[in-house]
Amino acid sequence: MFIRHETIEKNAVLLLVFTLIVISIGGLVEIVPLYRIETTVEHVKGIRPYTPLESRGRDIYIREGCYACHSQQVRALRDEVERYGHYSLAAESMYDHPFQWGSKRTGPDLARVGGKYSNDWHYAHLIKPTSVVPESLMPSYGFLARNELDMTDLTRRLGAQRMVGVPYSDDQMANAVADARTQADPAADNAALLKRYPKAVTVAGNGRTVTELDALVAYLQVLGTMVDFADPANEKPRQ
Amino acid sequence: MPTKIEKDAVTGHMTTGHEWDGVKELNQPLPKWWVYILYATIAWSMVYFVLYPAIPWFGGATKGILGYSTRDAVDADVAAIAAKRAVYMDKIKALSFDDIRKDPQLMAAAMTAGRVAFAENCQPCHGAGGGGNPGYPALAAGNWLWGGSLEDIQKTVTHGIRAPGDDSRQSQMPRFGADGILKPAEIAQVADYVMAFYGTPVANADMAAGEKIFTENCAVCHGDKGQGDRTQGAPRLASRTHLFGDDRAAVIAQINSPRHGMMPPWNTRLDAATIKSVTLYVHGLGGGE
Repeated sequence: MFIRHETIEKNAVLLLVFTLIVISIGGLVEIVPLYRIETTVEHVKGIRPYTPLESRGRDIYIREGCYACHSQQVRALRDEVERYGHYSLAAESMYDHPFQWGSKRTGPDLARVGGKYSNDWHYAHLIKPTSVVPESLMPSYGFLARNELDMTDLTRRLGAQRMVGVPYSDDQMANAVADARTQADPAADNAALLKRYPKAVTVAGNGRTVTELDALVAYLQVLGTMVDFADPANEKPRQ
Repeated sequence: MPTKIEKDAVTGHMTTGHEWDGVKELNQPLPKWWVYILYATIAWSMVYFVLYPAIPWFGGATKGILGYSTRDAVDADVAAIAAKRAVYMDKIKALSFDDIRKDPQLMAAAMTAGRVAFAENCQPCHGAGGGGNPGYPALAAGNWLWGGSLEDIQKTVTHGIRAPGDDSRQSQMPRFGADGILKPAEIAQVADYVMAFYGTPVANADMAAGEKIFTENCAVCHGDKGQGDRTQGAPRLASRTHLFGDDRAAVIAQINSPRHGMMPPWNTRLDAATIKSVTLYVHGLGGGE
């Protein structure tokens, strides 16, 4: 059967049906393979959901618009790999909703900043960037040190993450506030925290109140550290 | 389908044959050159589909017959530059510091590699040229906490200070005030005594009392003359450069509840040859021993 172009153009229902068919072909080809998520995200060991404190730090990172000047993606280019380390993997932002890859670098890329500097450096630098990097044009974020971190809805925030696929366990949900306090207190016993969230870095909070700055530093200190690239299992990320 | 294709009397062009309430449209086709370029790009996209990864499919996108992958490409790029550098870096890795320093060409390569790695990794804390920052030691000053020989610097850079890991340098000054080891009055006296080491003596200080407290509590690490002890990273007090401030208030704060610097280990980010290059660079900033 040959349908003349004029027939389609003059029949709204027919035009609609054929348009839908054409668009769905494009959609299916692009979207369906993504449901086979194994082909999109690499298999690497070590990726875990953010700790409650890191997760709140990430919220602050987004709230303050850090992404406007800092990317979080080491591209697969020689100069970037030489400067920042292993190129970023999709798996490393699989629990980011939304991811913070960014596209603008006024400041350096932060995808692998975790562990590169001490906690003290991050506090000093965020409070007054020029105190450690004289040529820096980053604004001061000292007010974060005076803002107590809002943890009233912490468990519900983790719940929202869980709804979109971040595998927070019931145990992690139940201990959310306690874990956040532990991670911000250098004097606290962090064994349970480390069991729930391996490699979680305890930041230099004052032990009394948890500040937004504590959360942000905890977030920065975990960036890019979850995958151990020295582990032979992760040597060649399978895609 | 167009029904009445006719010649427009005014312009001489043909019409498309469509008519909307008496309005007709001239048939003005795209220029030939434009159309041929469009066809050429379509043809090229077919070639591209075959050569390069293109169509997403179950089990991953099609690979393309060239087998191109961005990740393989960057691995090859990095390997290629590493092979070029290997001429120097392999020697730097294998030779002792003394042998590297005897070879001017090798030394120049090490200093270049060291300078670049220092700017990216060390400068944020230690400052440009190793000038230091409050809380971050000046490397050019020669007042070393853990030793300024090439071997000492190499160990510090490799394993860090107060970092996780068994090989990291560790030390901890007790919290003399916060933990009640010394009374506030005693801390004031010993601070007065320490200010004399700093070269800014306090007037009317009870030096005898200060010395007694110092000898009993501080000298075991900092030395009886405030000379410090590099085996445990105890800073030299008899000096004009101080990590956490030069005034009496800073000394009291440090005795009361000491701040401890932390340096990350760099063997997780830098390879052995680069660490040796950084070591030579830092050593050459002016404070090397």
